[in-house]
Amino acid sequence: MDAGILTQQLLNGLTIGAMYALIALGYTMVYGIIELINFAHGDVFMVGSFVTLWLLSTIGVQNTVNDPVALVGLLILMFAFSMVVMGLVGVLIERFAYRPLRRAPRLAPLITAIGVSFILQNIIQVLYGTAYFNVPQVIDPLAGFSFKLPSFAIGGFAVTSSLVTVTWVHVFIVVLAVAMMVALQVFVRRTNLGRAMRSTAIDREAAQLMGVDINTTIALTFFIGSALAGAAGVAWTLNYGLTKFDNGFQAGLKSFTAAVLGGIGNTTGAAIGGFLIAFIEVFSSQLGYSRWSEAIVFTILILVLVFKPTGILGQQVAERA
Amino acid sequence: MTAAARASWARFRGGHFFGRHQSFSVVVGMAIVTAILPFIVLAPPFSGFGTQTDFVDGFSQAGVWVLLAIGLNVVVGLAGLLDLGYAAFFAIGAYTYAYGASPYSGNHVAFWVMLLVGAAVAAMAGLLLGAPTLRLRGDYLAIVTLGFGEIVPVVFTNSDQYTNGTNGITALYQPSLINLSLPIPNLSGILPNLGLFQGSYGFGNPWPYYISVAAIISVVMILAYRLQDSRLGRAWMAIREDELAAASMGINTVTTKLLAFAIGASTSGLAGVYLSSKLSIVSPTQFGFTVSFTVLAMVVLGGMGNIWGVAAGAFVVYEIQSQGLKQLNVFVGQYFPNGLPIFGHVDFLTYQYLLYGLALVGMMLLRPEGLFPSRRRRQELHDVEDADAANVELVEA
Repeated sequence: MDAGILTQQLLNGLTIGAMYALIALGYTMVYGIIELINFAHGDVFMVGSFVTLWLLSTIGVQNTVNDPVALVGLLILMFAFSMVVMGLVGVLIERFAYRPLRRAPRLAPLITAIGVSFILQNIIQVLYGTAYFNVPQVIDPLAGFSFKLPSFAIGGFAVTSSLVTVTWVHVFIVVLAVAMMVALQVFVRRTNLGRAMRSTAIDREAAQLMGVDINTTIALTFFIGSALAGAAGVAWTLNYGLTKFDNGFQAGLKSFTAAVLGGIGNTTGAAIGGFLIAFIEVFSSQLGYSRWSEAIVFTILILVLVFKPTGILGQQVAERA
Repeated sequence: MTAAARASWARFRGGHFFGRHQSFSVVVGMAIVTAILPFIVLAPPFSGFGTQTDFVDGFSQAGVWVLLAIGLNVVVGLAGLLDLGYAAFFAIGAYTYAYGASPYSGNHVAFWVMLLVGAAVAAMAGLLLGAPTLRLRGDYLAIVTLGFGEIVPVVFTNSDQYTNGTNGITALYQPSLINLSLPIPNLSGILPNLGLFQGSYGFGNPWPYYISVAAIISVVMILAYRLQDSRLGRAWMAIREDELAAASMGINTVTTKLLAFAIGASTSGLAGVYLSSKLSIVSPTQFGFTVSFTVLAMVVLGGMGNIWGVAAGAFVVYEIQSQGLKQLNVFVGQYFPNGLPIFGHVDFLTYQYLLYGLALVGMMLLRPEGLFPSRRRRQELHDVEDADAANVELVEA
């Protein structure tokens, strides 16, 4: 056994999981408040990565930025831009595709969500084509530090240790994602708007009677969820330096799986689910089943739904007619 | 006229000649459509778009989608279960045929037998997936089927030693049981190309495929109508409207939903067998999420719950997708050689999914019952609106 490889994969999983978790938060928030599987959410994430690509090519960044001050400024600009743009896109989608259908049969908004997903993909496909796009990785993807765990043996069982590399990009993504999750928790638990969101999720009519503006609250939920997906889009380009018009489908599906795994409607659960899915993916690749990783993820999803439909942290929700 | 003759004439007029299940109208309707379609395309503007053979080939391809739409209609339209992995059963049917009749497997079972085998295997897969998952609520079920739809192509891609991986299985045997030589005199002097009705299944000759798919569709449609009007069909609709109420009326919801799932899957398997025999190749890339989604779009646009409606929806969507957009390019190219004003050169094929998406969103917002809605479904949808409108008035008053 090699403890080094194990640790390395754990760190890789942490980075990928951070991105899945950011996307999963959007799914879980929207589902929590209007009980809709927002199929377009994965594509919002994908558009976020293309918005970053557009921003970088517009201001003429083509390579790694080494000056620390310029780098920090650029990162703030990238995240702010992508998050605001995608947040507004999310609000627009809610306004035109979901709000008119709030009283319609449940199938109706689900179908428009799939429609919106195809619209977003097709727009990007028309603007950028179907090839992979290189996005400049503004943080040097190789910079970082490495360390070695001690090798030891317990009885006859030898544990070796190869070099573990931690790159700054990975550290940045994980720290940022965790910070955003904490901020979201504080927002939802401590502020008036957060309380409005929670009460709308529990009982829309009662919340309305208590003076909560339902439309604004739902729009705000979409803004926050989509902004987090936009942030995940930026993180994706930082980590991989690549994006493609149909990226959102797979990532979205896995993140949704994460949200369900953690217990849909529960923000902490979404984060846990995101990391779990990423670990499953990374370790199935490590064991030589990378081609099967998708099948494994979805099999686990099906098993979880069959045996514990509420997910890890979910609560029993009464069926709403 | 005797009373009995008058009664049977009345039943005939009502489209219920053989009972209430529209079997007669399906057969007559399909026969008329099948007979007319090849000749419509000889007239302008269609004649400018391609030869009759091209069109008939396209129609036999469209038949696959009609079958898929009728099958998914049972699941989504009648039973109200959202199946987003419908292409998985399509793939299972196609691969079943590849095992039954190709040099790759060494077997050669007749096509018509394989049709039933493919349907049975797909139904079995539907039962296997449905049995543990159909207790789930609507949205969760959608996700499980979506996951299943993703797993199946991955399995077919990665089980190289059994499925030949991404290359797929090629050179499937084409049907040969009926060597169609209809006793139609060669009227090519009067009616062009009618001689093509004769001959065997092959790449150059779409006619046998065209006629067989029309026959298969007719049978499936009759079965679908009979199911819809049966005790089972009423149970499906009851579950669709209110599962709790249906259960308390004594309907075994799990078995009923399972049957909807299996029957929908078997139709998909049937379509898979037919398609693979026509294309003579199966590969995992043919059965992605796009297929499941396209069939869903066809069902929704056609009018969920209405069998003729979804069949027409599937046909129209397929023809627009395969012919319409292409021809729109040619047409615009002819009249605007320098590109459209404002838009410039536009390749409409690249906007296919944009148009799909807009059509779906627009349809849900403006006409959620689809283009050709079933009467019951339309009533239900508009009842909901009326009730809501009344509620809103109450709240505002």
